[in-house]
Amino acid sequence: MAEYQSVIGLEVHAELKTASKMYCSCENKFGAPPNTLVCPVCMGYPGALPRLNKKAVELAVKAGIAMNCTIQQNSFQDRKNYFYPDLPKSYQISQSEKPLCVRGYLDILVNGEHKRIRINRIHIEEDAGKLIHDAEKGITLADYNRCGVPLIEIVTEPDISSSEEAHAFLETVRSTLKALDISDCKMQEGSVRCDVNVSLKEKGSEILGTRCEMKNINSFSGAVRGIEYEIKRQLELLRSGEHIQQETRRWDDSRGVSTVMRTKENAMDYRFFPEPDLGLISLPDDLVSQIKGSMPELPGEKLFRYTEKLGLKEQEAKIIAFDKDKAELFDHCLSLERASAKTLCSLIVGEITKYLNDTGDQISDTKLTSLALAELAGDTEQGRLSSSSAKKVLSELITSGGNVKEITERLGLAQISDPEHIQKIVAEIIAQQPKSVQEFRSGKTNALNHLIGLCMKASKGRANPAMVREIAEKLIKMEE
Amino acid sequence: MDLRKMTVSQLREMLISRKISASELLSVHLERIERSQLNAYITLNDKAMEAAREIDRRISSGQELPPLAGLPIAVKDNISTKGLRTTCASKMLENYIPPFDAGVVEKLRSAGAVIIDKTNMDEFGMGSSSENSTFGPVRNPRDPSRSAGGSSGGSAAAVCAGEAVLALGTDTGGSVRQPSSMCGVVGIKPTYGSTSRSGLIAFASSLEQVGAIGRTVADAALLQGVISGPDPMDPTCVIKVKPKNSIQGTLSGLRIGVPKELFGEGISDLTKDVVMRALSFMERHGAKLIPLSLPELRYSVSCYYMIASAEAASNLGRYDGIRFGHASSEHSSLAELFRNSRSEGFGREVKRRILLGTYVLSAGYAEKYYRRAASMRAKICSGFETSFSKCHMIASPTATGVAFPLGIKRDDPTELYSADICTVPANLAGLPAISFPCGSGEGGLPIGIQLVGRKFAEDQLFSAAYSFESLSGGYEQLITSGGV
Repeated sequence: MAEYQSVIGLEVHAELKTASKMYCSCENKFGAPPNTLVCPVCMGYPGALPRLNKKAVELAVKAGIAMNCTIQQNSFQDRKNYFYPDLPKSYQISQSEKPLCVRGYLDILVNGEHKRIRINRIHIEEDAGKLIHDAEKGITLADYNRCGVPLIEIVTEPDISSSEEAHAFLETVRSTLKALDISDCKMQEGSVRCDVNVSLKEKGSEILGTRCEMKNINSFSGAVRGIEYEIKRQLELLRSGEHIQQETRRWDDSRGVSTVMRTKENAMDYRFFPEPDLGLISLPDDLVSQIKGSMPELPGEKLFRYTEKLGLKEQEAKIIAFDKDKAELFDHCLSLERASAKTLCSLIVGEITKYLNDTGDQISDTKLTSLALAELAGDTEQGRLSSSSAKKVLSELITSGGNVKEITERLGLAQISDPEHIQKIVAEIIAQQPKSVQEFRSGKTNALNHLIGLCMKASKGRANPAMVREIAEKLIKMEE
Repeated sequence: MDLRKMTVSQLREMLISRKISASELLSVHLERIERSQLNAYITLNDKAMEAAREIDRRISSGQELPPLAGLPIAVKDNISTKGLRTTCASKMLENYIPPFDAGVVEKLRSAGAVIIDKTNMDEFGMGSSSENSTFGPVRNPRDPSRSAGGSSGGSAAAVCAGEAVLALGTDTGGSVRQPSSMCGVVGIKPTYGSTSRSGLIAFASSLEQVGAIGRTVADAALLQGVISGPDPMDPTCVIKVKPKNSIQGTLSGLRIGVPKELFGEGISDLTKDVVMRALSFMERHGAKLIPLSLPELRYSVSCYYMIASAEAASNLGRYDGIRFGHASSEHSSLAELFRNSRSEGFGREVKRRILLGTYVLSAGYAEKYYRRAASMRAKICSGFETSFSKCHMIASPTATGVAFPLGIKRDDPTELYSADICTVPANLAGLPAISFPCGSGEGGLPIGIQLVGRKFAEDQLFSAAYSFESLSGGYEQLITSGGV
């Protein structure tokens, strides 16, 4: 039986973070009452003409540079004609023939493997309105606030071979767009969406299979489920000797299935032609070099540095590298040279992330400073604070701020590293636990752990565990 | 005192010296409109008198008057006027009241113009007879059994008949120049990008411009000067060149190209003869005639109809009967509402062009039709460029003949299309062009001559036309006598 390999391409749409819409001065904002952010231009009134938002072009160029594309000095916009109630002009202004950015790539990391995903193009276009279907009343309401919101569409080559890679690619894209302030990428607000193209080819073959496009995917986990569903569906068809029909399918995330939207025979004919209402987009000579010059280290680059140079684990490195605020905190702490990357990483990925997830706060909402975190990590590493005490201090730093030393002292959490003090605690426990001591002597190493645990408990977690172990072993051997 | 024969500068003098007030001037025009059988307008501006009185107040307080102060000006009904119904002569927009003024209308208002009415036209500008109107055909003032030309037939007829002092038309393929020729007035199609399209209800966006119609070159040039210039609401209108307000002219040293392709088949012999006589007259007064050949112009009509229709099909997609426009009362589903509204709302010619335009851009045909037309358009542009190294402007008849009787050409669209041979090239190349009367033909009906200039060289066209006008003793005299 033939072995198949899945071939996946993505089209990612991201709303751009501009103050106004793509072609008019209406505010670009989510969540306003329906049809309050509209004007004759975005409502497609007769005679109203589009005016291109320069900021949107700059953001798209920025995205193109971040994704290693060739930026076309001259590009133009096209009309994509289709008739649907969410599109008041009956065409969408997009780019087809000559997009802003072409031939780029983005490197991803999956299970320790680096992979380069080529990007075919990044173009600008406008968003459509939103239709709200009220099944109960049997009506559809149209909200045109989103009409004309600027978007970029990132189109990959079919270089992705699994849902896992697709997920890694999407995460890399999202973190890059967020890091550069190009897009909010808020899934729940629909500010980033994607379409996936899936086909199967025989392993080792160069010939691509028939592809199906899946639309209406609005979460990364939805993309993963949708891709897996589609691979399975196509595989079953091929295995039972059937052919794949080229078609566009709609993903229903709540039911976990996709259904046919239109077949090849009913494919849309968009009748693209150059948008006559807008001139050529001619970039200022220095725009690209200016953006390149001010480009910060990107999340993908951070990820490689964290894993390759700092030796962080892939999953943990991703949590930090793909989050602008966490990465900033981490890198700043690291630059203070008070603690190692691993200690900082475990604090950020552990306690801090947990706190942020629980409360929904941003790092900037907390009282935590990078200096305090670096000191805390340093004290932990040097044995001045036990890991359980460090957690308590950290929680105080997050909610009230302050100085590590002061909090440690106020809460009485300084680690006990005085050998005499520790010896006193250990001696007491040994005296109380003759049975465990006996067991240890007879070869049960676990018994020692039990004794150490009791010592830690007696010191309220403050005793230096390594010293407790050392002293306990020494005392038991001395008594022999 | 026949105000119909007065020029803008004469009327302005009368207003300033208070021989007549702006409200009286308006009333005279309104009375004429009331008695008119021409069907030149669709909607009267009920705020016109208010605007005229405001000008009168300014006159009596001795304020300086803007260039068009108190002049009744007609505006073609595809140019948006805030609060005043704008129909495009279509059932589809029968009740459409624009929420904003077109860029050119804003400029008119601030120049003190009194917008008197919205003129009749071919539906959405599609046609050259002003018969494709849901409000009935426009009649030619010089012979009411004949067409006024189109699509700006109402504007040309109104100016000719003295129902307005000046008028705005729009020109996508000759829609200002051809009716001007047929009514015996002066019409301008300016350089693409010199005049705002904001608020002009689009037919073919890459081809059309708003143009002035007047009874003399100076009148039309003045109006064109007022409406030209950049508009922040139209990114394709950015060039800061304005024609000068004063025109003087001499024909001496002027090189006029005469392309044989525009004096050939399909153009009536009498028209060719009258136009050639006008050119010889200009030669006698110092111009030099340069014989030219522009072979690519043979394809301009087909090229034009593909591009214009493709853009039209896209521009007209929005009329779905939901947010504005005609909504069918017969429907049992949303799709049916769309279908019926469009079927009932658009006229035959508009539907024909939507079908044609959809076809030439559709998958499998775009390469064969639309893209070939686009590359032919580029060839036409470069053909003009080459010609302009040999001459300042290019002359031809404007139309293939005099105004035709109403009704005769209705069932033969291709014949009507090919009559646009002389006017469409300027639209395809975005060049300025002017049409002015140079004599008359069958039945004493006027014949117009067209001059096409280099980009943004409107001034050259105006001075050439003005020289001809003054040397020949004026247009009315020319039309009466048959020519030079």
